Amino acid sequence: MQGKGKIRVLIAKPGLDSHDRGAKVVARALRDAGMEVIYTGLRQTPELIVETALQEDVDVVGLSILSGAHKALFPRIMNLLKQKGLIDVMVFAGGIIPEDDVAELKSLGIKEIFGPGTTTDTIIRYVFDNVRKRT
Amino acid sequence: MTKNEEIIKGILKGDHRSIARAITIVENEPTEGQRIIAAIYPHTGRAHIIGLTGPGGAGKSTLIEKIVREYRRQKRTVGVVAVDPTSPFTGGAFLGDRIRMQELSTDEGVFIRSMASRNYPGGLAKATKDAVKVLDAAGKDIILVETVGAGQSEVEIIRVAQTIVVIHAPGLGDEIQAIKAGLMEIADIFVVNKADKESANKTVMDIQAILQLNNAENAWKPSVLRTVALTGEGVPELVKKLQEHGDYFERNPESKRTLMKSIAEAELVEAIKERMASSIIGDLKSGGRLDELLQRILKKEIDPASASEKLLNEKLRKN
Amino acid sequence: MKIFDEERMKEIKRERERWEQTTLPNWLKQSKERKNEFRNQSGMLIKRLYTPEDVERLDYLADLGFPSEYPFTRGVHATMYRGRLWTMRMFAGFGTAANTNQRFKYLLKEGESGLSTAFDYPTIMGYDSDHPMARGEVGICGVAVSSLRDMEVLFDGIPLDQVTTSMTINGPASMLLAMYTVVGDKQGVPKEKLGGTTQNDNLKEFFAQKLCIFPPKPSVKLTTDVIEYCARHLPRWNPISISGYHIREAGANAVQELAFTLYDGISYVESTLERGLKLDDFAHRLSFFFASHNDFFEEIAKFRAARRIWARIMKERFHAKNPRSMWMRMHVQTSGCTLTSQQPHNNITRTTVQALAAVLGGTQSLHTNSFDEALCLPGEEAVRVALRTQQIIAHESGVTNTVDPMAGSYFVEALTNEMEERVMEYIMEIDGMGGAIPAIEKGFFQKEIADSAYKYQREIDEKKRTIVGVNNFTIEEPECPIELLRVDPKVEEEQVANLKKLKRQRDNRKVEELLGKLHYSAEKKENLMPTIIEAVKAYTTLGEITEVLRQVYGEYKELIVV
Repeated sequence: MQGKGKIRVLIAKPGLDSHDRGAKVVARALRDAGMEVIYTGLRQTPELIVETALQEDVDVVGLSILSGAHKALFPRIMNLLKQKGLIDVMVFAGGIIPEDDVAELKSLGIKEIFGPGTTTDTIIRYVFDNVRKRT
Repeated sequence: MTKNEEIIKGILKGDHRSIARAITIVENEPTEGQRIIAAIYPHTGRAHIIGLTGPGGAGKSTLIEKIVREYRRQKRTVGVVAVDPTSPFTGGAFLGDRIRMQELSTDEGVFIRSMASRNYPGGLAKATKDAVKVLDAAGKDIILVETVGAGQSEVEIIRVAQTIVVIHAPGLGDEIQAIKAGLMEIADIFVVNKADKESANKTVMDIQAILQLNNAENAWKPSVLRTVALTGEGVPELVKKLQEHGDYFERNPESKRTLMKSIAEAELVEAIKERMASSIIGDLKSGGRLDELLQRILKKEIDPASASEKLLNEKLRKN
Repeated sequence: MKIFDEERMKEIKRERERWEQTTLPNWLKQSKERKNEFRNQSGMLIKRLYTPEDVERLDYLADLGFPSEYPFTRGVHATMYRGRLWTMRMFAGFGTAANTNQRFKYLLKEGESGLSTAFDYPTIMGYDSDHPMARGEVGICGVAVSSLRDMEVLFDGIPLDQVTTSMTINGPASMLLAMYTVVGDKQGVPKEKLGGTTQNDNLKEFFAQKLCIFPPKPSVKLTTDVIEYCARHLPRWNPISISGYHIREAGANAVQELAFTLYDGISYVESTLERGLKLDDFAHRLSFFFASHNDFFEEIAKFRAARRIWARIMKERFHAKNPRSMWMRMHVQTSGCTLTSQQPHNNITRTTVQALAAVLGGTQSLHTNSFDEALCLPGEEAVRVALRTQQIIAHESGVTNTVDPMAGSYFVEALTNEMEERVMEYIMEIDGMGGAIPAIEKGFFQKEIADSAYKYQREIDEKKRTIVGVNNFTIEEPECPIELLRVDPKVEEEQVANLKKLKRQRDNRKVEELLGKLHYSAEKKENLMPTIIEAVKAYTTLGEITEVLRQVYGEYKELIVV
């Protein structure tokens, strides 16, 4: 996290998935925990997500997806983040992501996957504990 | 090359990542931030800085998106700083202005940054001015600053922008009379958005009526424009008017100099206040004398203003 | 006319007070109640005990009446399940049309009585499988249908004069309905015989399901086109399924679900009347779609209140004459968002309770979720268990032996009344805003829903609300407790190749002509169904048609309320 400032989080909905209840609840919870949250709405392309993360210089990106298209979209997002030099951004994901896929996603650089039933407190605490200190 | 030097170089090249990092630094790290601003300051002054304010629900963000598109059509580069309020209870903020402009994110000629007010008064964030300087030094032709616009007096905007636009819309429940007098006086252009609504005419007339009463002697006569942000109607005319004001500013070095001087003075005063205060309070704290002084104030032995005079005199004598 | 006479009521009241002053306190001294107060999900206070006093003002004839008679509280059909069971209609779709065709046949074989189609995201958003926005999403959570060819494969070997089909499609509803009619035609089934439903409820997209393509006004126009066309040409088709399910899943409570759905219904009646049609020409084919959630009695009350309120709206607000115009026929789906990924077999129990509520609520059609809902698309075994749940309720539980068994329950009637009151408050409030579209533009629905969703999550986080297996009665979860259905990634390749082939084989000149005609028709604000039918017949793709409409109507930009 940069200096002693606030934690800036981007909550993103990649692809065509239109279930935004969870993303909005998490965005609100993070805001209520004192973070600055940017939520850019539905149907974001990997390019839009990464460019937003860059311009907003966020500390954290939370990806929410329930459509099953994470297998195609997450690698693209992680690659773009790398390309743009955003390697110190902490990325987590949530939604409907089968256990089987978690290892692969983590190997791409996604730090944690929060499945259905995760409390917002868990996510908040995770972000506080794991957001990387920037130099 | 140190990190800062890299960033400064990047800003001057217009690199988005450097701009983004720099804005974060000026927001959070006073010393580093100051260094960066000092380095890029000579390169500022080229951009046309436009402040946009107005009540929530007027369609500011939607209109701004259309304005940016129009400028882009004219091949101008644009920076946008959108400020949203920080919750006084939680300290957090939901930065939602970007949503309406999101498609522009991948346009290389546009840079959009959302900032939380962090309880700074007046509709801006403390670091907004510096963020604008960064974008200016980075070569953006136009910089749009969108303020919180929750109906309070957003006169802070005058310290940042050369052109002030107030955006209103019919039927918001905010009577025109409720627009703080200060805002009515400083605005250069008024926009009535959602002009396709039936009551739009009344809103336009209400604003014009108030304008008749003010600004009789100013060389620039604020006008009232109509737009329909959703369709883009009226936007080319608005952008033309913005350019007109920018040109007027250039062609009238006197009024420009006056405004820039007052902006510079305000910034200087603020910078002095901040440093003075932090230095003096710092001295008190390290000498273990702050608590004692606060106790004396609580006991009504001395009032805060007199206390500050004493402290200031002490400090000045010391130096 | 009251059910109990005055003297009797006074006596009951006296006795109840006596009970509260003697028997009850003695009991409470020994054991306190588990909570200080008990509330249902919409926040209604639930009393310890309901007595005839709670239904004192209930007028049997005016408020309940008889099944298939105004106000239809007790059901729209006179004999309900004694005559015909509800339609067991399982939502299905994934991969290619061939994959889904197989699943359709499986479900029909296992005893479902109607088809229900889930389309993939690209199809729902009007993109062909080869569109850049479709990358990675083809066939993943529904069947990919880009053209009439896919539709033909989807219903291959399924006689459209013998099954009814529901299609969950909104923005492109006209296009898929058009394809369906052409498939029917090719099977030799005339339009008049085709039975089924298109969801086609574009208003709720703006604040619930979020699958909006065009802005609100053109979206309502497209919905109304389909209603009008069906009124004239497809007498057995339900052109719309006015939906509360998605509103509920987005976080609304039961009262909001019902109120917002009914208001959408009001809006569509108004938009169709504006076309010059008479109410009784189309109102009988408006159908509804609700969720069935965890709170058993709240849901039953909701379904009964729904019928009564709609009947009253149709009679008093719209002056319906034909009783059929006042009927509310509904499809219900058990709630997806209540199902958990932890201890997934528990979901079978949840679904059963929810399904039972829907049956006791008098639904015409029911989908039960599969227990792997929170993990993936339904596997074959899981979907079979879900279907069996309905069959067991239907054939083993005895609840179908009589009509509206819950009527007369002091509790259920009191809840039904309170539900109606609260819903009417919302309806008046939205009236005050000028209707559904102004309310959407203000973000009214969105805020109500976001607040309810946040409140619900806070209750779970703070353990004020128990979710078994998630925040209580948890176990160390095994690695992957069940086998998951996975969609073959080759599906996208196959679809893209198919589309290439299709575009080579069809008469592209004709397609261009028809797209031009469509553009013109849309600009002229005509009913687009006939032109769309012509276009799909010539194998114009879904994406090509939607693109033309995008050009005319523009794309919708979401108003986000968190």
